[in-house]
Amino acid sequence: MNVEVLGFFFLAALMVSFSLLVILVRNPVHSALALVAALFVMAILFLNLDAPMVAALQILVYAGAVMVLFLFVIMLLNPASVEPSLPVWRGVVCAACALLMLALIALLMSGPDQAEALHPSSVGAGFGSPEALGETLFNDFVLPFEIASVLLLVAIIGAVALARRVSE
Amino acid sequence: MWVEFSIIVAKTLIVLILVLNLAGIMGWVERKGSALIQDRIGANRASVLGFAGMGLVNTLIADPIKFLTKENFTPPYGDKFLHMLAPCLAFFPSLVTFAVIPFGDILVIGGREINLQLANINIGILYIFAIASLGVYGVVIGAWASNNKFSLLGGIRGSAQMISYEVAMGLSVMGILMVFGTLEPQAIVRAQGYLEWGWIPGWGILYQPLAFLLFFAAAVAESKRIPFDLPESESELVAGFHTEYSGGQFLMFFAGEFAEVITAAALITTLFFGGWQVPYLMREGFHFPGGGALLLPQVIVAALQVSAFLFKLVFFCWLFILIRWTLPRFRYDQVMRLGWKMLLPAALANLLGTAIWILAVGA
Amino acid sequence: MMVPVHYYLVLSALIFVIGVAGVIIRRNLIIILMSIELMLNAVNLTFIAFARAQGSMDGQVIVFFVMTIAAAEAVIGLAIIIALYRHRQTLDPEEMHLLKW
Repeated sequence: MNVEVLGFFFLAALMVSFSLLVILVRNPVHSALALVAALFVMAILFLNLDAPMVAALQILVYAGAVMVLFLFVIMLLNPASVEPSLPVWRGVVCAACALLMLALIALLMSGPDQAEALHPSSVGAGFGSPEALGETLFNDFVLPFEIASVLLLVAIIGAVALARRVSE
Repeated sequence: MWVEFSIIVAKTLIVLILVLNLAGIMGWVERKGSALIQDRIGANRASVLGFAGMGLVNTLIADPIKFLTKENFTPPYGDKFLHMLAPCLAFFPSLVTFAVIPFGDILVIGGREINLQLANINIGILYIFAIASLGVYGVVIGAWASNNKFSLLGGIRGSAQMISYEVAMGLSVMGILMVFGTLEPQAIVRAQGYLEWGWIPGWGILYQPLAFLLFFAAAVAESKRIPFDLPESESELVAGFHTEYSGGQFLMFFAGEFAEVITAAALITTLFFGGWQVPYLMREGFHFPGGGALLLPQVIVAALQVSAFLFKLVFFCWLFILIRWTLPRFRYDQVMRLGWKMLLPAALANLLGTAIWILAVGA
Repeated sequence: MMVPVHYYLVLSALIFVIGVAGVIIRRNLIIILMSIELMLNAVNLTFIAFARAQGSMDGQVIVFFVMTIAAAEAVIGLAIIIALYRHRQTLDPEEMHLLKW
């Protein structure tokens, strides 16, 4: 039980509690803020996994832009309408399925890990740095990169077309 | 191990005290400076035993006491938890971004080299932009939790303005990052010690003047200062997104705005004006291009560099205040047009031009 | 890296399950969209964990693309929700049943 594992458990507990807050709270604004906190904790987990560039991008893009958009839409629509309460059987089935899946995962994880992928190799000093990410991105993944930019353009145009008021 | 820990604690305390005190002093400069610009005497009502101290007693003693002892009023139908959270969200980013700003080169104490920067992370500038993008939440949540139409309007406009100018800010800095080839602020400042043609200090503004102008405009817009003042004193009647705040919570918004200005000034200094670089000052002393040299003890060199950084920082803070009291406010559509149709294409053109220049010259 | 990789994988699975539960039990379209974002983040964590375990940067690049796609999807999803709200005046997915037979 060294410091790193304790730190991981602390962050994991934070992450799980914020995620539970996201799905359980009535007020959508509180839910959105809990998701922002969950994304922030996720960025810290990325930092632990030697991915500083992706962590910064997570805060910049996800927590800083996408969630602001969510908050805008929540405030625009102002769902002050009371959300209909959950039929009990739904909640029970959901909880049962969740527990079943977790039991399955715990069962799989408890066996001896033969998979080579699960043994962490030591990585160089520049792993996860902007230079490494840029090298891999622009050498091996150029085509997806260009397609992603076209996709973003399509998304912007689509969103504007969907959300604008059609004048009568 | 304990030595390193205490060094980090000392540096943190120095940076925190610097930023917070500078925020207070900026409040004083704002009130007295605006009075000078507007040809009046400002802030002379409070005095201690007849000593008014040029408004220092009023701004630095009476104002904090007033802010901290006023009642923190929460609007009755608003969201109480969010109403308390919003000032913290507004104040936190501007303090945290100061962690990667270098305020000196190195300080050698007892054979140990101390890097005069709180945290040396290899994604420094990206970290600053990531944390600055969290500044929108203070505005949005503060506006929403106040249950007040004026607050909501101010908050929506403010957040739209902030996220628009974040884009222009990030893109205008890309040119500097391409020229210096690194995201780490201390490395960028050290690279600005290079002397072009042997005698011109290679500061960022020499390579990227257009980017400096774009970044300056975007930074003024990000910190919601006049002329981009719509979120706060929107109609000049009510105070925009912080209408329903009083006392200590308003102080956090107020000081948070000054801290944002200080952070923006620190960024401008670091990226474009050489940070702590004094022209021709190396680690051993002055090395003039004509051939002369003036060797100085390391402590004097460090002190000179830190004072140079502080001087440039204070100069840009003063420039922010001067612009605030000189220019009128933009209209909302003008703000949006400037951000998307003028600053963004100019930043992209700057990026393209820089890329072509770097490829051609190979610098 | 002292923390075993499968700790991260279990956490990721847990967050994914919480996201799925959010989609199933909530009757508010925006919260459902946020639960989808939770699921995407859980997958991101898995990718980063495996990228670290195998010492390959490919996982991080894939996360870069997942983030881009998630942002685009959130934008389109919210635009659809706005259009739906203008039409049906409600955010309850049970009310969006015109295509059911």
